[in-house]
Amino acid sequence: MDFSIGEDRQMLVDTLSRYLADKADWKAREAALESEAGFDKDMWAGMAELGILGALFGEEAGGFGGSPFDIGVVFGEVGRGLPTGPFLATLLAGKLLEAAGDSETLGNVIAGASIATFAHHPAVGADGSVAPQATASGAGDSWTLSGAKGVVDYLGSADIVVVTAETGNGLGAFLVETGAAGVSVRDYPLVDGGAAGELTLDNAPARLLTGDSAAIDAALASGVVATAWEAAAVMEVLRDQTLEYLRTRKQFGIPIGKFQALQHRMATVALEIEQARSAAINAAANFDKGAAQRDRFGAAAMYTVGKVGRLVAEEAIQMHGGIGMTWELPLSHYAKRLTMLGHVMGDEDEHLARFIELGAQETNRAA
Amino acid sequence: MNLDFTPEDEAFREEVRTFLKEKLPKRLSDKVRTGQHLTKADMEEWHAILNERGWLANHWPVEWGGTGWSVMQRFIFETETAIFHAPRIVPFGLSMLAPVLIKYGTEEQCRHYLPRILDGTDWWCQGYSEPGAGSDLASLKTQAVREGDHYIVNGQKTWTTLGQHADWIFCLVRTSSEGKRQEGISFLLIDMKSPGIEVRPIKLLDGDYEVNEVFFTDVKVPVTNLVGEENQGWTYAKYLLTYERTNIAGVGASMELLDRLKDVARTTMRGGKPLAEDPFYAARLAKLEIDLENMKTTNLRVLDAAGAGHAPVAESSMLKIRGTEIRQEINDLMRRAAGRYAQPFVAEALEEGFNGEPVGPEWANPVASQYFNNRKLSIFGGSNEVQREIITKAVLGL
Repeated sequence: MDFSIGEDRQMLVDTLSRYLADKADWKAREAALESEAGFDKDMWAGMAELGILGALFGEEAGGFGGSPFDIGVVFGEVGRGLPTGPFLATLLAGKLLEAAGDSETLGNVIAGASIATFAHHPAVGADGSVAPQATASGAGDSWTLSGAKGVVDYLGSADIVVVTAETGNGLGAFLVETGAAGVSVRDYPLVDGGAAGELTLDNAPARLLTGDSAAIDAALASGVVATAWEAAAVMEVLRDQTLEYLRTRKQFGIPIGKFQALQHRMATVALEIEQARSAAINAAANFDKGAAQRDRFGAAAMYTVGKVGRLVAEEAIQMHGGIGMTWELPLSHYAKRLTMLGHVMGDEDEHLARFIELGAQETNRAA
Repeated sequence: MNLDFTPEDEAFREEVRTFLKEKLPKRLSDKVRTGQHLTKADMEEWHAILNERGWLANHWPVEWGGTGWSVMQRFIFETETAIFHAPRIVPFGLSMLAPVLIKYGTEEQCRHYLPRILDGTDWWCQGYSEPGAGSDLASLKTQAVREGDHYIVNGQKTWTTLGQHADWIFCLVRTSSEGKRQEGISFLLIDMKSPGIEVRPIKLLDGDYEVNEVFFTDVKVPVTNLVGEENQGWTYAKYLLTYERTNIAGVGASMELLDRLKDVARTTMRGGKPLAEDPFYAARLAKLEIDLENMKTTNLRVLDAAGAGHAPVAESSMLKIRGTEIRQEINDLMRRAAGRYAQPFVAEALEEGFNGEPVGPEWANPVASQYFNNRKLSIFGGSNEVQREIITKAVLGL
């Protein structure tokens, strides 16, 4: 058994960590949040130049990594540095380009020449109605897509979108250019920084990437690993900042960390964060052990991230008191991000239900 | 034991409802219902409407313009106004300062300030917390030194809610450093237009501006602006905080929000069925509803005891803790119901006159920011940790 991330990954972590500390500091984050794109395009280009995005994909596809632990450590640094940008969008879209063997398109994404995103979940209307699954019609090299997708990460900045749609033969993944006819985009900011958009397709021209829905499941599973590692890192930042505050903030003449009421709560927070870290490791370690096992540990990780994330974000703010409520303190931004990480790949309840369902399937198979 | 409201109470409820149907402007209730920001003018408009009816200062003694309502009538009024999405009554002048003036101020102070609170001439804010004095309020350092007919005030207050609108601030200031810390504090009324006062806004985590820092540099305050006796301010402050905490329970508002949450759970689809039928979500909702039902009766029991002349010190701490926890749980369940649509946040949609299309479900835009903003509930008005200390000491005798 070996819990070290290994030398190569450590180098990757160091490079990314230094780069983000330099290019994505707090001032840069403020500017990125104010910008229409919601992220710093120069930072993104520089990161691509360093080859960081290549770590998310395998060598055959033009990357130099692509294992679940490679993905995990990259997203861990994203969590620690808290830059906004299409990290998850790149991973999800890129995994489907990789599955399709489209290394030319993926190469442009890895090089930062093209921004890609992934549109999977149907849009929801003002009255709560869920749009029908997007549909694809055509054959061979000629397809068109129609439908509406919701909360598509960084859609307004994307050149290409990988869109899931019903082919009549199951769910397939298609490549759509955002500038094409029949594509409309509504862009908006997100509560924790960054941007997303609603995508409407009306007979938009598309290229089939894969008709194999298992490839879509695998891409989503890699998104789960990424989110779990990012969340665990954000939790650790919040823990460290809160510990520092408990040690230095004095009330009633002593550091507030001397109050047992806070000590025990902080001990629980620390314990739960270790559990979340283990959940993230489990999700990565079981990724290549068959879809059923992969998804069961993925669901466990997302359940844990949702549950522990709420505890950590709320306690970090509460123990800081009023100052924890301020925009000026980075802590509040980490707390918001952590909370929203419980939404991006589905919430705690959804994944708990999924875990139960997958367990029942397992039992049935055994019987 | 009988928990029914009396026929008189029910008649009163009807009277309140009729008033709200006739007098509450739809423009205002729409803003409250959809979570849009209320401007100073909006809040003043609602105050004026209530004042015209004589209901603005409903808990004041009749001689000063109060209603003489029983605690039960006040509870009914609070509940009904919340259900009808009326703006909240801004508490600083009406619910915090006024009771202190009436109990500890001079006749002259009451005659001068109370009518101005009622007619909206003066907007008050609260100067309690300081950067070094939060939960440990008695460690406050803002100093008032007597020079002839004036105090000279130096120091800083923080978390001053809606201080940007205020004409006046009631402040706890240090007038003595001898003896126990609590014994050197005085309660001072300060004109915000005084030279030497500077207000700086604090941006909160949801991007909103509702609290401020207030700086005092050699601010001259007439000694006639002292409330009660010098160095007795801590007693008055505690009296005021008790009032603040009773109001903070917000049972009426939580009842209204729970109704809205149930609507959302019925109309939001998750995995092909309404969220209300999702066993995990339904369990969260049910536990919340049970807690609120229990809380309602706890609140009524406290009000009943208060009506019998019992000062609700420790009980108000209990109301504050559980009332704010319930409110935060409602915000949490709203956020969960929004699913992926908790993320989009169009800040302009919170301002009046926004014409854009909503993103996702029409109720979803403000829910995440409300969830974050309402983390304040368990921090302000004496953090819930401080409330637990009060219960530990005052009720449990530990």
